[in-house]
Amino acid sequence: MEVNVTRRQFLKLSGAVAATLAVVELGFDEKSVKAQSEEFKIAKLTPTPTICPYCSVGCGILVYANEDDVVYTEGDPDHPINEGTLCSKGTTVRQVYTSEKRVTKPMYRAPGSSKWEEVDWDFALDKVAKNIKETRDKTFMEKENGITVNRTDAIAYLGGAALDNEECHLLQKLFRAGLGLSYIEHQARI
Amino acid sequence: MTNHWNDLQFADVLMVIGANPAENHPISFRWISKALEKGGKLISVDPRYTRTSQMANVYGQLRSGTDIAFIGGMINYVLENELYHKEYVAHYTNAAYIVADTYKFEDGMFSGYDEATRKYDQSQWAFKTDEEGNVLTDPTLTDPNCVYQLMKKHYARYDIDTVVGVTGTDKDTYLDICKTYGSTGEVGKAGTILYAMGGTQHTVGTQNIRAYAILQLLLGNIGIAGGGVNALRGESNVQGSTDFGLLYHNVPGYMEVPTGSEGDSTYQGFLERITPTSGYWVNKPKFYTSMLKSFYGDNATVDNEFGYHFMPKIAPGKDYSFMRLFDAMHRKELEGLILFGSNPVVGGPNSFKEQAAMANLKWMVAVDLFETETSAFWQKEAGNDPASVQTEVIFLPACSSFEKEGSVTNSGRWMQYRWQGIAPKGESRADLEITHMLARRLKELYKNESTPAAKQINALYWNYGDDDHPDIELVCKDINGYDWKTKKQIQSFGDLQDDGSTTAGCWIYTGFYPENENLAKRRDNTNEGMSNFLNWSFAWPANRRILYNRASADLNGKAWSKERVGIEWNAQEGKWTGYDIPDFVATKGPDDPTFNDPFIMMAGGKGAIYAASKLNEGPFPEHYEPYENPISNAFSSVQLNPAVQFGEEEMNAKGEADKYPIVATTYRLSEHWQSGAMTRNVPWLAELVNHMFIEISEELAKEKGIKEKDKVIVATARGEIEAYAMITKRFKPYKLKEKTVHHIGMPWHFGYKGIATGATANRLTPHIGCANSTIPEYKAFLCDVRRV
Repeated sequence: MEVNVTRRQFLKLSGAVAATLAVVELGFDEKSVKAQSEEFKIAKLTPTPTICPYCSVGCGILVYANEDDVVYTEGDPDHPINEGTLCSKGTTVRQVYTSEKRVTKPMYRAPGSSKWEEVDWDFALDKVAKNIKETRDKTFMEKENGITVNRTDAIAYLGGAALDNEECHLLQKLFRAGLGLSYIEHQARI
Repeated sequence: MTNHWNDLQFADVLMVIGANPAENHPISFRWISKALEKGGKLISVDPRYTRTSQMANVYGQLRSGTDIAFIGGMINYVLENELYHKEYVAHYTNAAYIVADTYKFEDGMFSGYDEATRKYDQSQWAFKTDEEGNVLTDPTLTDPNCVYQLMKKHYARYDIDTVVGVTGTDKDTYLDICKTYGSTGEVGKAGTILYAMGGTQHTVGTQNIRAYAILQLLLGNIGIAGGGVNALRGESNVQGSTDFGLLYHNVPGYMEVPTGSEGDSTYQGFLERITPTSGYWVNKPKFYTSMLKSFYGDNATVDNEFGYHFMPKIAPGKDYSFMRLFDAMHRKELEGLILFGSNPVVGGPNSFKEQAAMANLKWMVAVDLFETETSAFWQKEAGNDPASVQTEVIFLPACSSFEKEGSVTNSGRWMQYRWQGIAPKGESRADLEITHMLARRLKELYKNESTPAAKQINALYWNYGDDDHPDIELVCKDINGYDWKTKKQIQSFGDLQDDGSTTAGCWIYTGFYPENENLAKRRDNTNEGMSNFLNWSFAWPANRRILYNRASADLNGKAWSKERVGIEWNAQEGKWTGYDIPDFVATKGPDDPTFNDPFIMMAGGKGAIYAASKLNEGPFPEHYEPYENPISNAFSSVQLNPAVQFGEEEMNAKGEADKYPIVATTYRLSEHWQSGAMTRNVPWLAELVNHMFIEISEELAKEKGIKEKDKVIVATARGEIEAYAMITKRFKPYKLKEKTVHHIGMPWHFGYKGIATGATANRLTPHIGCANSTIPEYKAFLCDVRRV
C-alpha cells in the first residue's frame, strides 16, 4: 500500500504494533531541542493516527505507544477539524487504556451467584454460542400465518454507536441475516 | 448533518436549538467561532443558559418541549414579513403542490384519525393528482389548497403572543431571534440550524426536526455552504451504526426490513412495496439485491429470490424498538440479551424498571471495556439480592478504539480510519474479532443440522478468514461491494445490479474502497476550496460533503452567492463543477426538464415543506405538550401528540402537575460521556466532575429553602434520586400565560460503578417516546424537589 505521508509527520499507518524508526518534527526550535531529545519519552516513537472515541466531531488524535504502554496522546495537528486541539475527554484518551478499571479477562457469573469468576475465552465463547443456539432453536419461527418468517423474538441485541463501521456491519449481518433476530437496537434509538 | 463541521464557518447566522456544542461538542465550536469572527451571529435557544448561550449574540429561553411553538412562530414571522427566499421556495420545494381535498386540520387534529389505534389514515393527506398520477401544482402559490397556502394558514395561529405564552421566551428577545434568523432568507445569505438530543428526545421529536427543516427550506438554507439542518450526533460512530442498520426497522443503507405479511411473502412483492416510482430510490432493488448477495453469497441465487427468504421477517405492525424491547423483557418474552458497548441501566428511560426486567432473562452477554451498571445488574450494589437473580451473565472484555483498526463516521458523514496504536490490553479483544469468533462457533455448532434455524445460519456467507482473527480488508471489501464473478471492487453505487452479479454490504458506502485504495484512509488535508477537504477520508454518499448541493445554485445553475459556491453548471464542459461532488446527475443540464429538481431522493425532486404521507401525526408539525406537562395546550384542546403509542403500563407511570409541579430535563457535561463507562472510569475525568448534582434556580432554591451543596431528593412518578444541589442563574422560572413554572436540569452520566459514582438521572425519566422514532422523552418531564 502506498502511504500518504503528511506535511508534518511520518505516521504509523500499518496495522503493525512494533515501533519503527522515524523522524518526528517537533513544533519548536529543533536545534535547541535536539540535545535534549533523548530524554523525551516519545522522541523515538512513531505516532499512530486515530479518531477520538467520544463525541461525533471526529477529531484526530496521535497515539504514541511502545510495546507495553501508551506513552502519550495529543491532538493531530494535520487534522482539518481539530487542527491539533482537543477537549477534556479527547485529552485524557490515554487513560482509557491505562485505567485500572479495565476488564482484561472474560468473566462469568453463574445463575444465583454473587460474584464474577475469571474464565478463558474458549469457555466464555462456547457458553455464549450454546446459549444462543439453545434459545434460538427453541423459539425459532420458520413460518407465521403460513408465511416464511425465519426469525426469533426471544433474543435481543443492543449497542454499536461506539464501535467501528466494520464491526457494525458484521454484527448486523450475523444477528439479523444469520441468526434471525428482530430485536436489534442501539443508542441511535435513545 | 446535511453539511459538516468545517462548513459551519460559512454561516451568517447559526441557530443552536436543543444542543450545546460549546460543552458537548467542544471542538466544533472552533468553526462556530470562526463564523462569528467573520461577523456571523449566534442564536442559542435552550431551557438553560449554557456555555453556548454565553457565547451567543442572542439567548432565547424556551421551556422544554415547546420547539414546535417556537419554530412555528418563526415560520409565521418569516411568511408574514415575506422574508423567505421566493425563487427557492417556488422552484425547489413542494410549496406549489396541491393537496387533496381530504386534507383537513381542526383544533389540533388532522383528518383521518382513528382513536382506537391512535393512528391516522395518512392517505387523506396525499397530493392531488391528474389521471396519470402527476401531482397538480400552482406555481403562483395562490390556490387555497396548495402547500404554501395551507402552511400559511396552519402557522398563522402561531402568533407571537401565543408562542411566548407557551415557550416562556421574553417577547423582545423572541422578535429579535425571528428577525435575525429571518434575515438569512435574503438571496445569497446562509443560516444553519444545529440540534442534538434536545430536539429529538420528545414525544414530538421527529416533528421538531421537521419544523427546523421547513424553516430552512423557506429561507433557502438547504444545500448551501453555511446552511443545512445539522444533527450534532452524540457518539463517535452513531452515524455509522445507524447507516449499517443496527435498528429493528432498517437494514444497511436505510432500506426496509421485510415483514411477515402477504405482500412481502415474495421478494418481488416486497420490492414493489418499498420502491417508489420516481426519485433516486427507484434503484432500491439494485441495492437490496446486492446486499442479499453480500449476506448469502452463493446461497443467494435467481432461483431462491436471492436468498430473500433467509432474511428474518418481523411481525407486521409489531414495534420492536428499544422501549418495547424492555416491555417484552418485562413480560418474560425474552430469554437472552446481547450487549456490545451498551449500558441501558444508566442510559435507558425509567431505568430502574428496565433493570428490574433484566432479572427475567435467562442469559446476558456484555461486551465492554469496563464493568458497567448493566453487566452488574445482579449485584447487591444494584439493589438486588444476587441469590434471587437466575440470569447467567458472560462478560467479554473488548479493547478500545486505538487498540484495533477500523473506521468511524462522524456527524458530517466523514468515514475516517483509525489505525492500531497498540496491542489490545490484557486479554481484551476487538469487537470485530469477538463477533467473528462467535460467528465461527455458531456455524460450527450448526454445520451438520438441517432445521430451518440451521439453514439460515448455514446460508450466511462469512468469508473473513479461517482462524479466529478476521481479515479486516475482507470486511471492508464486503461493505464496499464487488463484482461476484471477477471479485473486483465496485467503483460507485451507480454500478450495482439487481441480478445477483454484484454485492454491497451497505450501498451508501459503495465507492469508499475502489480497487487498491481505501479512501477512508486518506490524509490529504489540502483545502481545495470551501473547506470541503475532498481528499481527506471519504464522505458518504459518493464523497459528497454537502447534501442537496444542487440547491446551492440558482435556476440557471449559477451559485446564489459568489462567497458560497458549491457546484455550478459549467456549459462549456457540459457538467456540474465546483468545490464539491455534485449531489445530482453530473451531466444534467438546463435542457433537462428536471434541471431544477435538486432533492433527488424525493419523488418529484422538491424539498418537502409538506410531508404528504411520511409522518405519523401529520404533514405539518403541530405543537402538543409533553406527556407530563404543567399547563394546558394553548394551540388546541389536544394535550398529547395523538399518534404517540403507549407501551406496557407498568413500565410507564405518569405524574401530574399537582403532585409534580416542576419541569425537569437532562443534559450532558464536557467531562463525561453518555452512560459514563468511558469517563467515570478515567481518573482525570472522574476527578474533574465527581458528583451527581441537580441544577436549580435561585428562585426555586429560596422557595424550597435549599442551599448550595445541600443534599436534595428529586422525585417523579417513576422514582426518586438523591444528589447535591447546584444553585445557578442559568435556570430561571418561566412566566407562562397560565402560571409561573420552575424548571430544573441534571446530567444523566452517573451510576454506581466506576471511580466517580452518583445517582442515575434516568431512574426519573418516562418510558414514552416520539410517535415516529420512539426516542424516549428524556428532555421534558415533571418532578418535585425537596431537601433531604
